[in-house]
Amino acid sequence: MPHASGYFRTRYERDLALLDTRVQKTASALLALALLAFPWIDSPFLLDLANQVLLASIGALALMLLTGIAGQVSLGHAGLLAAGAFTSGILFKEFGAPFWVTLPASALAGAMLGVVFGLPSLRLRGLYLAVSTLALHFIVVYAGNEYEARRGFSTGVVIDPPRLGEWALTDARAWYFVLLAFAAAALLFSLNLLRSNTGRAWRAIPGREAAAAALGVHVSAYKVLAFVISSTMTAIAGSLFAYYRGFVSAEAFSLFLTIQYVAMVIIGGLGSLLGAVLGAIFVTLFPYAIEWSMAVLPVPAQWSTHIFAVNYAAFGLVMILFLVFEPQGLVGIWRRIQNYFLLWPFRREPLSGRQ
Amino acid sequence: MQLAVNILVLASIYALIACGYVLVYRVSRVLNLAHGELMMLGAYALFATASSFPGHPFAAVAAAALLALAVGGLVYWLLMRRMTGEAVLAAVLATIGLGILLRGAMVLAWGPQERHPLQALGMSNASFAIGDARISSVGLLLFTATASVYLGLYAFLRYTAWGVRMRAAGQNPLLAAQRGIRLHAVYALAWGLSTFTAGLAGMLIASESALDQTMVVIGLKAFPAALVGGLDSLAGALVGALIVGAAEVLSIHYIDPLLAEVVPFLVLLAMLIVRPWGLFGAREELDRV
Repeated sequence: MPHASGYFRTRYERDLALLDTRVQKTASALLALALLAFPWIDSPFLLDLANQVLLASIGALALMLLTGIAGQVSLGHAGLLAAGAFTSGILFKEFGAPFWVTLPASALAGAMLGVVFGLPSLRLRGLYLAVSTLALHFIVVYAGNEYEARRGFSTGVVIDPPRLGEWALTDARAWYFVLLAFAAAALLFSLNLLRSNTGRAWRAIPGREAAAAALGVHVSAYKVLAFVISSTMTAIAGSLFAYYRGFVSAEAFSLFLTIQYVAMVIIGGLGSLLGAVLGAIFVTLFPYAIEWSMAVLPVPAQWSTHIFAVNYAAFGLVMILFLVFEPQGLVGIWRRIQNYFLLWPFRREPLSGRQ
Repeated sequence: MQLAVNILVLASIYALIACGYVLVYRVSRVLNLAHGELMMLGAYALFATASSFPGHPFAAVAAAALLALAVGGLVYWLLMRRMTGEAVLAAVLATIGLGILLRGAMVLAWGPQERHPLQALGMSNASFAIGDARISSVGLLLFTATASVYLGLYAFLRYTAWGVRMRAAGQNPLLAAQRGIRLHAVYALAWGLSTFTAGLAGMLIASESALDQTMVVIGLKAFPAALVGGLDSLAGALVGALIVGAAEVLSIHYIDPLLAEVVPFLVLLAMLIVRPWGLFGAREELDRV
């Protein structure tokens, strides 16, 4: 976080603090208030959008920890979401298990799958690792499909909403608070993790593994740990997704979902938690923005009958544009705006480097 | 016997697709995840040229294949050239973005319904008997096309000046550039050839069955064939295609047809565990990625 001139940290507590300046504290408090007040807007559609964004941001944070921070490329994210969703779905369908059993069970399944997904990373790097996670994605989704076919749920598994005694979680506003709590927990957890030994070890690995090992980082252990933590968070998000939709189907976890999550991380900006959240917002809202602009703009009739195709094309185009012109992602744009005001009336940062 | 024929046809499909992956990877170390979509584009190109050259199937096929070659060069020139010097991951993601873009654009241009380019050409897919097995004429054509593409690529890489340049650029881009080889031209040619073979595969697969969205999946399933053989080895791609094709056909026949979707990826995982650089691949590649 860049600061204007004249700002010095004088105590260790301030250096460790999550929020250290008054502006940051006020801004965060205002944001929290706005988020808490949001569900009272009178629009079920916007509320559903917000819930989708919150769900996506949990998964995006998990992928950011793995890919953006620890540098381990994964193309199996949808497989992990599917694993979480199917664990909850199967436990509910077969044993009638309540959510306080299925949610931890999903997390556990995610952790175990994380080990499986992570083991190839001990031998493989970069492209080969990405391919191995891609293969695992297909296998997990196949297992889900197989379950559906064997048990005769050919269209998918229907799940009842979570219950506490008499009260059932069905209201969109209640869901908003539950998802907000989970997303906030995921964000705080990730933030704290990055300030700890684990986070520093992860950041050291992508730079150069040999150098990280020389500094005393147990490279293979931390790689697998990155996979385990990321998959656990993802599986929890998958379980929440299943309950929120009330429905699990292998069709929902296509390769395109993986690509969407990877796009969130890329478009948001690799290596930044803020980027994960921004990316989640961008990618989730993108199809709705396309739909809206197609209703407003004059487009060929062929286009409006195949909105999904317009979506695909536009999404691919945006991904390419970001990769080519703004590899730093939305966070890069945000930092440039910040720097513009911080440095004013000057245009460039001093050559001696950042504070 | 029928099993052997099925394996051979499937293996030639996979081999024809896999050589596209190998060509691009070998020269520029980029994994092209838009390969399936480029295949589809080739098939649609045939569908489009079939209506503009009615009664001349060979002219239509040749025009479509040339279009594919041009598209591949364009893809490099407009997109992948900008990704040089970026991380490998960024380049791969760019191909993913390209794939989605193409998928959407193709539906917008030609609609989501199934197409049959062979009927548009006014031909039918008769089948022959070989011993006690049957093979379709397109299947036979697939086999000969794959064989001639591999022979052609072998001769090209081995004996022509451009082929030698391509190998040099793949081995050491810096030295090749200093030797006066125009890397961009070589890369563009590699992309063009790769898309050309992809387009050929797309046309033949569309003639064998039909032209729809499942072709993307076939393109992805051919990738394990390339990796099993070694991502930088053409001969390896042939062997890999045979292994993956055989595994798929046998498991459909003896175990479960649903398994067909994952068998190639199971083979891929097994290979990554045992020998990540593939049967014929160069071992040092792994650390350079």
